[in-house]
Amino acid sequence: MEPIIKFDKVTKRYGDLTVLDRLDLDVAPNEKVSIIGPSGSGKTTVLRLLMTLEKIDGGVIHVDNEPMTHMPSPGGTLVAANEAYLRRVRGKIGMVFQHFNLFPHMTALGNCAEAPIRVLGLSKDEATGRAAELLEMVGLADKINHYPSQLSGGQQQRVAIARSLAMRPKIMLFDEVTSALDPEVIGEVLEVIRSLATEHNLTMLMVTHQIGFAREFSDRICFFSDGRIAEQGAPCEILDNPRNERTQQFLRAVLHAT
Amino acid sequence: MTFEWDYLMEVLPLIAQASLVTIEATLGGFALAAVLGLLLAVLRSLRFAPVRVAVSVFIEAVRSTPLLIQLFALYYILPGIGIIIPAMACGILALGVHYSCYCAEVYRAGLDNVPRGQWEAATSLNFTTYDTFTRIVLPQAVPPVVPALGNYLITMFKETPILLTISIIEMMSRALIIGKDTFRYTEPVTVVGVLFLLFSLTSAWGVRRFGAWLTGRWG
Ligand SMILES: Nc1ncnc2c1ncn2[C@@H]1O[C@H](COP(=O)(O)OP(=O)(O)OP(=O)(O)O)[C@@H](O)[C@H]1O
Ligand SMILES: [Mg+2]
Repeated sequence: MEPIIKFDKVTKRYGDLTVLDRLDLDVAPNEKVSIIGPSGSGKTTVLRLLMTLEKIDGGVIHVDNEPMTHMPSPGGTLVAANEAYLRRVRGKIGMVFQHFNLFPHMTALGNCAEAPIRVLGLSKDEATGRAAELLEMVGLADKINHYPSQLSGGQQQRVAIARSLAMRPKIMLFDEVTSALDPEVIGEVLEVIRSLATEHNLTMLMVTHQIGFAREFSDRICFFSDGRIAEQGAPCEILDNPRNERTQQFLRAVLHAT
Repeated sequence: MTFEWDYLMEVLPLIAQASLVTIEATLGGFALAAVLGLLLAVLRSLRFAPVRVAVSVFIEAVRSTPLLIQLFALYYILPGIGIIIPAMACGILALGVHYSCYCAEVYRAGLDNVPRGQWEAATSLNFTTYDTFTRIVLPQAVPPVVPALGNYLITMFKETPILLTISIIEMMSRALIIGKDTFRYTEPVTVVGVLFLLFSLTSAWGVRRFGAWLTGRWG
């Protein structure tokens, strides 16, 4: 099957620091991929490049067989993508952040309805109706009129998930979405992600330190080290029989800590 | 020389009348400053370098020259190049443009205080730049700086006597005219001073209340 996401020798630098080094990564439609690895290995950068939050320094990312950074010109050659083209690609992707990034001046409902109204052009009634359904799906039917400051971290993160889903993405990116949460509410967020994975046709790419969750959730786990994929495969291969020495080290450290 | 209350009561209505001109100039100038200042701040925050540089140069130039000179420039030079506007419009324009550059700095502080994550969330939801500003960023950036903007409202108000140099009859100018006619300056000028004080205190209070209401709305 054609990959829905294809990183082709992607390089990303910050000054002298090469964060991603000619990275190749294919993700199939509907596939659930977890990215694990030590701090600074470039995991977040992969998601941020896909979300167009960062500029790419080398290589190409294809989404749905379309290059993200280049578009065909009328003459048939490839030229740098303009904003309109970028927005079309971006429309296929949703992202959930470690620190939620909810809009503090809007209620949970407003957070989930604003972009569908402004960006997708839905009517106010339709957008709020769908937003309410999504909030119900993440278990927040009774909180739709609360402002983010009136919600717990776990609740805020569930609103953030609903907000992304309201844009009907094909691809969902999760960047350590439970890292900023108290231990007792991590479960409720993972539960929502688990039900998304089983009930919806979504391609999911998730950076996580929750090794146990990655095992049951993922079709594939990629272990990142120094801006490259050092090892990847089915969860049982990577977690139970890692071949790469760095993976072994990392897992020993992580499993020891928890 | 004694302070005559009867005389004071006599000049009070005349000066109160002129205070309407002062208020008109202040509110007009401030409305312009608030809107233009926001525009300047937003333009300067854009990634497009030529606009950013042009706006920065403009703001620096306006802030580094006296308001009086800008006022004269508009009043005497504009007609010279064929643009004829009433003195009052000219005064409001000068006050507004001058203070817009200070307001722009205030808005900039507000914009800088919006966390980067808010912009990133807006991008990830595919908002246009315009919607990102109007729906996400400005509603968070502006309310906290309303008190600081309000300070410029009061500063500008206190600077309106400068308009007498382009023969606008505002409070101070009215007091001086009365004084010239009667050779008594104490009472009219006292009235002007007290009115300035009253207006300033009231607006300071109003601005504080408005700021508190704006920021208190979303908990
Ligand atoms: N805006 C930036 N400017 C400079 N360097 C950056 C920037 N963003 C990230 N980096 C650097 O790039 C490297 C990779 O960052 P990235 O956030 O992708 O790591 P990560 O694998 O997600 O790490 P963590 O597990 O700590 O989140 C790090 O060394 C980081 O310091
Ligand atoms: Mg990270």
